[in-house]
Amino acid sequence: MAPNKIVLRFPASISDKPIIFHLVKDYDLMINILKAHINPHKEGTMVLEVEGSRAEDGLGFLRDQGVVVQPLTEEIVWNEDQCTHCGACTAICPTRALYIERPAMLVHFDSEACVICQLCVRACPMRAIEVRF
Amino acid sequence: MADKTFAEINAKIRAGKAVVLTAEELVQLVAEKGVGPAAKEVDVVTTGTFGPMCSSGAYFNFGHSAPRIKFHRVWLNGIPAATGFAAVDAFVGATALPEDDPLNTNHPGEFRYGGGHVIEDFVAGRPVRMKAAGYGTDCYPRRELETTVKLDDLNEAVLFNPRNAYQNYACAVNTGPRTLYTYMGVLKPGLGNAHYSTSGQLSPLLKDPYFRTIGIGTRIFLGGGTGYVVWNGTQHFPGIPALPEGAPPVPAGGTLAVLGDLKQMSPKWLRGTSMLGYGATLTVGIGIPVPILNEEICYYASRPDSDLYAPIIDYAEAYPNRKPGTLGQVSYAALKSGVINLNDKQVLTAPVSSYHKAREISATLKQWLLEGKFLLGEPVQLLPGPDAGIKPKSLEIRGSGRRNG
Ligand code: SF4
Ligand code: SF4
Repeated sequence: MAPNKIVLRFPASISDKPIIFHLVKDYDLMINILKAHINPHKEGTMVLEVEGSRAEDGLGFLRDQGVVVQPLTEEIVWNEDQCTHCGACTAICPTRALYIERPAMLVHFDSEACVICQLCVRACPMRAIEVRF
Repeated sequence: MADKTFAEINAKIRAGKAVVLTAEELVQLVAEKGVGPAAKEVDVVTTGTFGPMCSSGAYFNFGHSAPRIKFHRVWLNGIPAATGFAAVDAFVGATALPEDDPLNTNHPGEFRYGGGHVIEDFVAGRPVRMKAAGYGTDCYPRRELETTVKLDDLNEAVLFNPRNAYQNYACAVNTGPRTLYTYMGVLKPGLGNAHYSTSGQLSPLLKDPYFRTIGIGTRIFLGGGTGYVVWNGTQHFPGIPALPEGAPPVPAGGTLAVLGDLKQMSPKWLRGTSMLGYGATLTVGIGIPVPILNEEICYYASRPDSDLYAPIIDYAEAYPNRKPGTLGQVSYAALKSGVINLNDKQVLTAPVSSYHKAREISATLKQWLLEGKFLLGEPVQLLPGPDAGIKPKSLEIRGSGRRNG
């Protein structure tokens, strides 16, 4: 089975547990961590490649643990010409992919840091952020 | 130093000799040279703000169709406009929503299109679909109308905002257990973030806090065109709030009613806005010139972010239930740093009004003044300041005297 890219979101209550370790040990999966981030509220986000015959069982285990599992088939597009640099997305973005450059107070988007959680998409009052499939 | 007058400064503007600084530049100058020398040197200081302002709207006169109609109901791109004026006048409010909008039935609602977006579409010159219903009279026989109109087709299109440019505003936080969707943006639970919404040291009414220069007739940058202060805004409470020790006392609750010709304005400075779970609104660009008539005016116009404070308000409990009290005061310098300390917690801050655009407005207005194409409007009457003793009134819920069960 071809590697499968997924996005995981961990609530604060479980972000310090060795959950990924169980994917390897109990489900015999090959894991490649592409991005991982824990914000100051201890909520974690992770983008992984998962490979192995028991991948679906492994993802089921994650869901049982309270992890939100989404396929990574999208990318986030920030339309700078629509953006007013208000900043309203910056404290919501869990990985600071959307951030304010100081003292210019200009908003930037770092697609490398984005974990496609999509929280910013509807929170942007100017609808400057889109998901592309 | 003798006070300067509006007329003297206008003569200098006309001659291309006025010294004009943005409020940011004045902060710098006063830090270097002191208030006295700066007050002598500088004639006008420009301010700016670009944020969502719900108490905004525009009125239109559409001209008469043949046969004529008297509007009983009007919809613009599906957004109901207020009628109840003469036959073909109507007013669209920034927060008006389509009658079939799902609102918050699937919370949080998206509110993708509302009155603010209609205003943006008009200003951008886009065609707007119009529907109207009349009830038929001998002088206005038509009962229905459906057509497409553009800004240029209309007789008058006037932006008329009953409350804009809040002098100061809350820093909004959420102490509760669930995410809140507010007009201050998305507030994460457990003090997950703190949102604020003024441009601090660039904010118009924080720069003339005692209303020594701003009043009815003040000419302003409004939505990219020229507008006027026409009255105080609604909920104009220019009293002085309690502040931390050492902070200079500055009034906080003043507001403006402003008006201007929509046909001169630009969609860059009037943006339809969708606040998740709250509603639609309009983001408005406003810049006000503050004439430096004397040292006192210069002093207040030069207050930096570190001297200006926002009250921290809990939107989980206090705000929705109109409970008094704050969680403290925080300076705009701290808010702009990106993180504040609250209840022993590091809380990330974010603005919901654009400082970058506020700065651009102050620079544009400065340019207009330097080019001599924008003169100061001397108020025919100043707005009430802190001395007026205006007290907020609230709406009490009273029984009707007749129980409906
Ligand atoms: S919320 Fe939207 S408009 Fe505001 S800074 Fe972020 S992307 Fe830009
Ligand atoms: S989707 Fe938006 S909020 Fe989520 S990480 Fe990417 S930029 Fe940040």
